[in-house]
Amino acid sequence: MNTSDIDMGLARYSDWAFTSSVLVLVAALLLLAVELAYSRSRRVETREFAHTRAAPVAVNSVTPGVVVEAPSRRFDERVGAAGLALVYVGIALLLGCIVLRGLSTSRAPWGNMYEFINLTCFCGLVAAAVVLRRPQYRSLWVFVLLPVLILLTVSGRWLYSHAAPVMPALQSYWLPIHVSVVSLGSGVFLVAGVASILFLLKMSRLSDPDRSDALGRLVQKLPDARSLDKIAYRTTIFAFPVFGFGVIFGAIWAEEAWGRYWGWDPKETMAFIAWVIYAAYLHARSTAGWRDRKAAWINVAGLIAMIFNLFFINLVTAGLHSYAGVG
Amino acid sequence: MGTALVLLFLLALAAIPGALLPQRNLNEAKVAEYIAAYPTIGPWLDRLQAFDVFSSFWFTAIYVLLFISLVGCLTPRLFEHVRSLRTAPVTAPRNLGRLPKHHRTQVPAGSADVAGLAQTLGERLRGWRRVTRSTSDGTGVAGVADTAEISAEKGYLHEFGNIVFHFSLLGLLVAIAAGKLFSYEGNVIVIADGGPGFCSASPAAFDSFRAGNTVDGTSLYPICVRVNDFETSYLPNGQAVSFRADIDYQAGDTLDTGTWQPYLLKVNEPLRVGGDRIYLQGHGYAPTFTVTFPDGQTRTQTLQWRPDDQITFLSSGAMRFDPPGGTYADERERRKNQIAIQGLFAPTGELDGTLLSSSFPALNDPAVAIDVYQGDAGLDTGRPQSLFSLDPRMIDQGRLTKVARVNLRAGEDKRLDDGTVVRFDGATPFVNLQVSHDPAQIWVLVFAMTMMAGLLISLIVRRRRVWVRLSHGPAGTVNVELGGLARTDNSGWGEEFERLTARLLAGLRSGSEESGSQDKKADRV
Repeated sequence: MNTSDIDMGLARYSDWAFTSSVLVLVAALLLLAVELAYSRSRRVETREFAHTRAAPVAVNSVTPGVVVEAPSRRFDERVGAAGLALVYVGIALLLGCIVLRGLSTSRAPWGNMYEFINLTCFCGLVAAAVVLRRPQYRSLWVFVLLPVLILLTVSGRWLYSHAAPVMPALQSYWLPIHVSVVSLGSGVFLVAGVASILFLLKMSRLSDPDRSDALGRLVQKLPDARSLDKIAYRTTIFAFPVFGFGVIFGAIWAEEAWGRYWGWDPKETMAFIAWVIYAAYLHARSTAGWRDRKAAWINVAGLIAMIFNLFFINLVTAGLHSYAGVG
Repeated sequence: MGTALVLLFLLALAAIPGALLPQRNLNEAKVAEYIAAYPTIGPWLDRLQAFDVFSSFWFTAIYVLLFISLVGCLTPRLFEHVRSLRTAPVTAPRNLGRLPKHHRTQVPAGSADVAGLAQTLGERLRGWRRVTRSTSDGTGVAGVADTAEISAEKGYLHEFGNIVFHFSLLGLLVAIAAGKLFSYEGNVIVIADGGPGFCSASPAAFDSFRAGNTVDGTSLYPICVRVNDFETSYLPNGQAVSFRADIDYQAGDTLDTGTWQPYLLKVNEPLRVGGDRIYLQGHGYAPTFTVTFPDGQTRTQTLQWRPDDQITFLSSGAMRFDPPGGTYADERERRKNQIAIQGLFAPTGELDGTLLSSSFPALNDPAVAIDVYQGDAGLDTGRPQSLFSLDPRMIDQGRLTKVARVNLRAGEDKRLDDGTVVRFDGATPFVNLQVSHDPAQIWVLVFAMTMMAGLLISLIVRRRRVWVRLSHGPAGTVNVELGGLARTDNSGWGEEFERLTARLLAGLRSGSEESGSQDKKADRV
């Protein structure tokens, strides 16, 4: 871990994998957005489907024995399916980027902000792939890909750092453990936050069926509020203990590296705040009158705390966690 | 619950200034800088303890209230939980059809009557806490049950985990508080390569010492350390790759016998001895100067200078030399001829004209840019001075006058007008060691672990209640009514209930079925 021999060839492949991943995910986003824009609200569609298709079958039934051809998948559906396939390709490429980074530097590939964001985005995408596996949730991918692509762009454009060994403070077996666990928690919280934002949109006046403006129509196409809320809740109760373990592993590492397990370093403070906010979310879920909209707002506040912790604390304040590798 | 929610919010809100404003416990100098930069709002923030957030009265008030609310909320729940463990599951509600999930069917009685069926179903509910209550309404054969009700409940561990989680939080707080009372930590700079080393026998041995309220400094665990060698390696761009200090230490028995034990101290590998920990926290350079006084006597000093730049290790510092006794006729004269040095040190010196900077953190080509002063350095004034700079008052008063400004590389010297020679000999690395003592931190870890275990249990285990009511149906059949309730986390309960129903009735079914869900909205994800 302490040698400076970096396999530059592998590092270059890793960078190519990153760029390809971003490009593929952008293409996926476009395709999925096309599907979202051109598909009509599901309820409307099925109603019309029932009306229009029922009549011709009755008329054609004069020729018995002819199997009516199954309705072929509509154009927007095929576009969406292609977009989803591209999402999986993009996830695989991002995984390739991370693995190649690790192989080229012979260390855990999450030693600076660029690498951390890549890993977090990867975790978020995998979490989304798990919770959005049912076809009716495909439209939600657009809203997951949007923040992920923003994060990846920021990471690749402004926070990029060359493959290099990490500083002595990071040379510990806790690096692979602490950072990956925190990253997993953060990635899943991202999905939870997106689901809560969409839930709030769905619960707002925007989902009023009388609205015919673009945003209103978009909101009407989202899955029902209950499902969105369920996605948010399930991802949060997964990420909450994971993130908690991440913080505790961090404390164990801090005891080893910095001489104390907790010192209210800005990063530690913000992690504490985020954890308390998510704890409040879980309490709100079992408190009458707080279950729906208020709980969702708390979840969004948690996401804001996580993002603030990632960018502001790393880049603006000076603390022990300043491993951004920029400037 | 509402109270806890509000207090959790307040806790999160109150911690925010701790992340945004400089904090005294982290960096005292930055706080002073901030107050100086914002003279109107700074002192007010200070009065509100915004620079000591985590020891402020308001932050303390919030978490104390939160823990009071926790105890107040959880203690009754603890008793309730213990009670519920002892009591049988509650009797079935009269109308199972009004439960969120229910199912009604008729099964052929076959050889088994109501009681036999109840036993079969009871066995199928293995793992559930269950009780079967039989009633006889007197219409059937005497002594044979007409209806039987099974009440079953599972997921008691959910509440157990929940209680463990919350009381672990309390334990965590107590352990942290105990740590704050009994712990201490001290920092000390030790010059490597045969420097004098140090012994942690009293707070005076440290350069800085922070201790809990019960620590008076009289019973510190004694450890002696000397640093034989300090090695660093860097990438060509100056990024550090490794720090390692080859140290010898004595503690406990070896302190009495006087034997030294070796240890290789690294950043992530502290020395743990006798419950204390010794950390390698930082490093820097201690330049060595030799002053040859006009009568030929010499004085040599090696003293740590402060690294001002953590990347290039350009350091600044000062040194004061008292002339040897006998050089001057009396003490007054001797005091007026002290030599003082103040300036910059670069481990790899680079000169831009006469301006010294450092191009690399390793000790490749050490150089200094110094002002040499002659006069009274103020060593005998009794006033404390900074280790790293000369007392400006002595200079302002003209008692200490600058006699030369010079750049020197290792081995070079400067002859002053009166014949005194100041030679820069080179530099030795120093390490910054921290000794930490916290007897309670193992308990912090224990409670953190029980807390997470409790949390996981309460998130994974779900509390469920089902009831089965069996009664005689029309000729040769038994009516089976099932009802279920998700007491916690009802996501996925719909499918779970259907699976349970299928499992319970497997092989028994026939006849009319009716099942329902009280939830109007879709229950599945």
